[in-house]
Amino acid sequence: MFQTADMLRIFNAHRGDAIVVPGRGGPHWTKISTRQSRDVPVGDPAMGGHAGFALGLALARPADRVVLFDSEGDLLMSLGILPTVAELAPANFYHFMLDNECYATTGGQPVPNARNVAYDVIARGCGYPRAFAFDKLPDFEASLPSILAQPGPVFAALKVEPEVENVPIGQRVRWQTRTRDRVLADLRAELGVAR
Amino acid sequence: MAQTPATSAQAQEAQLDPRLVLDEMKKNGVSHVVWLPDSETNFLYQLMQADPTLTLVPVSREGLAFSIAAGLATGGQHPIILIQNTGLMESGDSLRGWAIGLQIPVVMMVGYRGWTRHGVNTDSAATYTERFLNAFGITYYLVETSADAPRISIAFEEARRTQRPVAVLMADEYHGFNR
Repeated sequence: MFQTADMLRIFNAHRGDAIVVPGRGGPHWTKISTRQSRDVPVGDPAMGGHAGFALGLALARPADRVVLFDSEGDLLMSLGILPTVAELAPANFYHFMLDNECYATTGGQPVPNARNVAYDVIARGCGYPRAFAFDKLPDFEASLPSILAQPGPVFAALKVEPEVENVPIGQRVRWQTRTRDRVLADLRAELGVAR
Repeated sequence: MAQTPATSAQAQEAQLDPRLVLDEMKKNGVSHVVWLPDSETNFLYQLMQADPTLTLVPVSREGLAFSIAAGLATGGQHPIILIQNTGLMESGDSLRGWAIGLQIPVVMMVGYRGWTRHGVNTDSAATYTERFLNAFGITYYLVETSADAPRISIAFEEARRTQRPVAVLMADEYHGFNR
């Protein structure tokens, strides 16, 4: 396992002009990203939907690379998104998934069969042409350039350390630096999309 | 006497011409159809598939449709969601968070399973459909026949004006399931 923030710092060096949907990596990514106008940290509108949202963006913007940092809890809630991605096969879609083996934001309870799910195998079985799994940061760092150099869709499961929150939701410090409306408005302006 | 599939389909076309529904979609600039097949809107499938201006995005659970549509709309495309009322009801949190929460102006064309004009239904899918939409504050328009097709454009106009999802209920008077 490795730290999400360390992984995201490595990714940022290779990000280029990709649109990034940071998902549950948002608290770290907002501090690391150097191109916030192309970031879409929408928080958690409804659990399980990050991959669908990022897929929609990728389909809408075929000339832009879209990178998603999904989570295993979200993906387990909507595994059916994988064959949809595979069928449409957007070449600009890069699907990374943070696997901390638990529901960190609710106190760290394990996800079903937490330590024994091979998400890369599931993705490949659903039709992703390329799928990987990393549990050591140097391996991820070495492979990232070649992962990004080839067309999507691609899937990579990343074993990350859980960062468990036990503070009541109302007492948590907000990590968002922009409102959700502002995030979407900034992205539309960046992409030249009229409302 | 039970209808054969062929006569049932012919009766359906006689009531609501699928070409009019497709015309309404095109008139309103639909680019992507995010959908899960249902019997009430199956008549559209072949037409949509044959149309080069439409991209079909198949989902395996209706809740996925809302986040996909949100991404498409955020990226400047014009999706429509095509699902059944049963799946709509299971999609409550996705509808709330991704469509209403992100202010996505999307039309949901919803197969109204169990609906009957006489109002006595035996399918709880119909019983709760309008109550569900009312609970979420979603406006809806009923489409039964070709004469109702212009209501689809009304729904699109409202979605654009309010920046919210709007439903079109595709009433199931045609198959004879619920008579």
